[in-house]
Amino acid sequence: MSVTGFFTDSTLCIGCKACEVACKEWNQIPDDGFLWSGLSYDNTIELSASTWRHVQFLERSLPVAGARRRESAAWEFHSDVCKHCENAGCLEACPTGSIVRTEFGGVYIQPDVCNGCGYCVVSCPFGVPDRNPSDGRVFKCTFCYDRQRGGLEPACAKACPTGSIAFGPLETLHDRALRRLEELGEQGIRDASIYDASEGSVGGIHAFSLVRGDPRAYNLPPAPEIPTVHLKTAWRSAAAGALFLLAACAAAFAGTRR
Amino acid sequence: MPGLGTSFGRGGATTAQQDLANSDAILIMGSSMAEAHPVGFQWVVEARERGATVIHADPRFSRTSAMADLWVPLRAGSDIVFLGAMINYVLDNGREFRDYVVPYTNAATILRDDLKDTEDLDGLFSGWDPEKKAYSPETWDYRGSPSKKGKAAGHHEATGGHSKDRGGEADELSVFERDPTLEHPRCVFQVLRRHFSRYTPEMVEKLCGVPREKFLEVAEKFTAASGPEKTAAICYAVGWTQHSVGVQIIRTASILQLLLGNIGRPGGGILALRGHASIQGSTDIPTLYDILPGYLPMPTFGEDSKSLAAFVQKHRSRTGWWANFDKYLVSLLKAYYDDAATPDNEFGFSWLPRTTGDHSHLGYWLDMADGKLEGLFVFGQNPAVGAPNAGFERKAMAKLQWLVVREMVETETAAFWREIDVPPEEIDTEVFLFPAAGHAEKNGTFTNTQRLLQWREKAVDPPGDARSETWFIYHLGRRLKERAARERRPRNAGLNALWWDYRTEGRHQEPDVEQILQEINGWTVADRELVSGFADLKADGSTACGCWIYSGVFPELGNNRANGREPAGPYGHGWGFAWPADRRILYNRASARPDGKPWSERKKLVWWDAEKEEWTGHDTPDFAKKKRPDYKPKKKAEGDDALSGTDPFLMHPDGVGWIWVPSGLKDGPLPTHYEPLESPVENALYPRQQSNPAADRKERPGNAYGSAVDDGRFPHVLTTYRLTEHHTAGGMSRPLSHLAELAPELFCEISPELAREIRIRHGDWVIISTARASVEARALVTERIRPLDLAGRRVEQVALPYHFGPIGLVTGDVVNDLVAISEEPNVRIMEAKAMTCRVERSGGTARSDGGGA
Repeated sequence: MSVTGFFTDSTLCIGCKACEVACKEWNQIPDDGFLWSGLSYDNTIELSASTWRHVQFLERSLPVAGARRRESAAWEFHSDVCKHCENAGCLEACPTGSIVRTEFGGVYIQPDVCNGCGYCVVSCPFGVPDRNPSDGRVFKCTFCYDRQRGGLEPACAKACPTGSIAFGPLETLHDRALRRLEELGEQGIRDASIYDASEGSVGGIHAFSLVRGDPRAYNLPPAPEIPTVHLKTAWRSAAAGALFLLAACAAAFAGTRR
Repeated sequence: MPGLGTSFGRGGATTAQQDLANSDAILIMGSSMAEAHPVGFQWVVEARERGATVIHADPRFSRTSAMADLWVPLRAGSDIVFLGAMINYVLDNGREFRDYVVPYTNAATILRDDLKDTEDLDGLFSGWDPEKKAYSPETWDYRGSPSKKGKAAGHHEATGGHSKDRGGEADELSVFERDPTLEHPRCVFQVLRRHFSRYTPEMVEKLCGVPREKFLEVAEKFTAASGPEKTAAICYAVGWTQHSVGVQIIRTASILQLLLGNIGRPGGGILALRGHASIQGSTDIPTLYDILPGYLPMPTFGEDSKSLAAFVQKHRSRTGWWANFDKYLVSLLKAYYDDAATPDNEFGFSWLPRTTGDHSHLGYWLDMADGKLEGLFVFGQNPAVGAPNAGFERKAMAKLQWLVVREMVETETAAFWREIDVPPEEIDTEVFLFPAAGHAEKNGTFTNTQRLLQWREKAVDPPGDARSETWFIYHLGRRLKERAARERRPRNAGLNALWWDYRTEGRHQEPDVEQILQEINGWTVADRELVSGFADLKADGSTACGCWIYSGVFPELGNNRANGREPAGPYGHGWGFAWPADRRILYNRASARPDGKPWSERKKLVWWDAEKEEWTGHDTPDFAKKKRPDYKPKKKAEGDDALSGTDPFLMHPDGVGWIWVPSGLKDGPLPTHYEPLESPVENALYPRQQSNPAADRKERPGNAYGSAVDDGRFPHVLTTYRLTEHHTAGGMSRPLSHLAELAPELFCEISPELAREIRIRHGDWVIISTARASVEARALVTERIRPLDLAGRRVEQVALPYHFGPIGLVTGDVVNDLVAISEEPNVRIMEAKAMTCRVERSGGTARSDGGGA
C-alpha cells in the first residue's frame, strides 16, 4: 500500500462546498445546527466532530476601481481538513489505542475503541479532533479509509469540480505542488506558498495545502509542534524538581536532628 | 432563447461547456457561473490556467468574480449599454473580423428605405403602433424581399417568442441585395454603426457606473482575444433573461460575437447557462404554451385554425432548413395520432389545441387571480416561492377549485393555504399532494445546458407511493382516454385518436422510458423501424417523430446514444448525444474560411477535405457533408440546396448570422437600451423612451410599481441571485440538513457605505421593501458590493438570494414577493434582476407581509 495524501490548492478553489457536502453524505455525519454566522459565506465555521471538511472564506478589502489582474486576492477559499500528520499528536496521546495509522498513512480513530477521554483534542496542533457532545467520543476525517480500502478516492476529492483537492500517492503530490508553485510564479503570483509543516516535530503532513499570503489567515499555525516533543524537557524538569525536593526534605530532617 | 434563435437559427447554446477551456477570453455576465454552475465552471478555471482572460461583469463580487481576472461592477439593468458600447468600440476601431463578417453575417444586406431607426424616432423603430403598444415589423425587412403569399406574418397577441419563427416567416428573406464593401448607407453594417454610435465609454460611465478606463480595458481584452488565431466566449444565465429587455441583451451579445467572428469556432460562442438539470430539455420538448416539440409553433386560434396547408404555408420557408417544416410537423402528428392521422383529416391537425391569448405562467396566474382557472397541476416547480410577486401568486391559488402538486416534499405551493392571510376554512381549493420520485429513482434523460442528452438509470425504487412523472402522465392519460372512449363527443376526438399504447414494466406499471425515447427519435409508421435521423422524416405520413431535433438519439434498437458512456476526441463524442445530430458546436462550418480551410491551425475545428470531397474535423459538421465550399445554388433551388457552400447558419432562409433581425422579435430588429421598469435614473440615451415600450407591466392592485424613474421611496437598485448552497426555490435544498446548514438564513448583501447611511451593523436585521412587499433579512455588510458612481450620482445596489420560504429545516421570507409580475414582450418573463427598493433597520421582531409600502 502506498502512502496517500491530499494536496489542496486554494488558488483553484471556488468555494462551492461540494467537498463538505460529499464528506457529510458519504460518512453520514449530522449537521452542525442551522446558525447563520455572518462570517462571509461560512456557516459551519470550523472543523468539528460533525464537520470533517470545511471550506474557509476569507474576505479581504477590495480595490474599488482599476483593480489589477488576479482580483482573487479579494475573496479566498480554502478547503481545510485533518492534516494526517507524519508524527501525529493525537495518535501519540491516545491512551486506548483507538487512534491508529492506516496502511495508507492516514490517522484513523476507531470509534468503537474511543473512550472519549479527549487527550487527542488538546494534543493536536491544528485543533482538528473534536468531541461529539452527545456521546463524548472524538471524530475527525477518516481519510475515507473505507473508500480507500475499496480502491476509491475520498469523497471530497471525488466531488471537487475544479481539481482544487488532489488525491494520490503523497510523493507525486509533492512534485505536483512544486510544479504548481512554479506555474503560479510564471503567472505573476508571488505570494503563494506550500504549507506542509515539514519543519518541526510534526515532520510533515499528508494533507497539505497551497495558499496565498500568510498561512495564519487560514488557521494554519506557522510552527506547529506535537506536545510529545516537550516530553524530554518536561521529564527532565520534573526529575530535577523531584531531586531538589528530596534534597530539601533531607536537609530539613538533617537540621531538626540537631 | 429567441435572442439566440433569431441571431443564429436555433434557440440553444452555440457551444459546450468543455469547449470554454479553448477560449482566449471569457466574458461572464448575467451569471454567477461559479455559484450556480460550479461543475461547468471547471472549464473556465482551466481556460484561466491556460492563460485566458476571465472577465466577470456583475453587480456583486461573487465566487465567480473571485476567480476572474477582472471584475466589473455595473448597475443591474444597464447591460445593453455596456455591450452596445463594446459593439461601438469594435466598429470605431475597425476591430471586426471582416473576413468572417462579410460572408457569414447579414452585415452586407441592404435594408429598406422606409426603415427608421431609434436614432430617428427618439428610441422607437418604425412601425410602432402606440394604440396597440406593438410593432408592425414590415419596414424591418430586407430591401427587395417579396411578401409571402397569404396572411402577413406578424405578432399575434397569442403567439409567444419561443417558436422557430415567432409568428410566421415574414417574407421571402432569401431574396435581398448585398454590398460586400459594407459601405452602402442602408446596409446592416452602417445602420448598426449609427444605431450604437452614442453608446460610448462616457455613456457607460454614466449609465452603468463603470469607469471608462475599466470599460476600455474589458473592450480591449475581449476584442484582442478574437480573430483568426483567437476566440472569445460569452456565458450568461438568468441574470440576462429576467429583464424587461432580456432577449435584447442576448441579442447584443450575439451581434458582438458575430462581429468578432466568434460563433461556430472552438473557444468561441455564447453559452446559455440553464437554470437547472433539464431546462434546455423543457423547451426542446416544451413545457411552454406557445410551442410544440422541436420549436414548431403552436397554432393560434382563428388565424391558424383553418388548415394544415395554410399553417405550413405560413411557417415553412422556401430556403434554408425550415423548408422541411412540413416533414417535422406531419411526423409529430403521426407520433401523436398514429393510424388515426391520415392525409384526409390533415393528419389530425385540427385536433391540436389552439392558443387564444397569453397562456404563459404569468398570464395564467393573473387569470387565476381573476377566478378564470378551475384547476392546476404543478410538477417540479414551487411557484409559491420561485415565481414573481409570489405573495400575489399564493393568494391567487386560493381561487382554484383544485390543485395537484407532485413533489418529493410538501412545498410552500402545496401548503399555500397555510401561508396566506385567508383563513383555511374560507379557501375552497382542494389540494392533492402526490409523492414524486426523485431523479435517482427513475429512468430517463436530462438535456443539459449544452443541448446534451444524457441518460440516467434508476438506482433504487422510489419509496412508498412515490412514482415518476412519466407514470403519472401515462396513467392519467390512460384513464382520461378510457373515459373519453365512452363519450364520443367531438371535443374528445383528439383524445380518442391519441396513440397511447406505451409498454409498462414492473409492479408499479412504470412506462418503459426507452420506448418513449424511441418515439421521440422517430420510426417508420408501417414497420416501426427506427429512423436514423431527421433526414429520414417525410411529410407524407410515412414517418412518426416525437421531436425532430432529437432524431438520431436512438437510431436502431439497442443503440440508445443518450446512454453512450465512452467519450472520444476533444469534444467527447460518444458520451451522450447533443442535438442536432450530435453536433457539439453549432454552426461549425464558420470555423473554416469560405474556401473551406481552417482560419488558423490553432483554431481548427471542421474543414473541407478536398480529397474525400467532404467536410470533416473534430466535431460533427453542422453542414451538408458533401456540399462543396464553392457550391452555388440554382435559382429555383429550395431548402438547404438553396444555400451556398459558405452559408453556415443553415436554419436561416439566407444562411447567415443575423446582426439585424428582420423577422421574429417584438421589440425591435436591433437591441436598444431601455431602463428597467423601475430605475433610479433616466434613460440618458433616449430620454423620451424610458423603458421597453413593448413590455407589459401587468399593473393592477397587488402588482404595483414604484415610479419608473427615481422614486424617492425606493432609492436603491435591487437584484436577486442564487447561492451554490441552495437549489432555486429551495424545495430540494431546505429540507436537506447537509445543504440547509451551509446557508441557514436569508441575508441581504449591502455595502459598508449604505450600512453607515442607514445606521445598521453587520448581522442586524433589515427590512427590504419594494412597491409590492417587504421582507426581512440579516444584513451581510460586505465590500463585495459597491456603491456605483453614475457620473456624480451615487447609486447603491442591494442583492438578495431568493431560496427561502416558510417550510423546511431553514426558513426565511420569500424574496420573490418583492418582484413584479411583468412581461418581456418576446418570452413573457418577469424582471427579477433589476428593480428599486428601500432598505431600513428592522425593529427586529416579526416579518411584515405583503401589501406594499
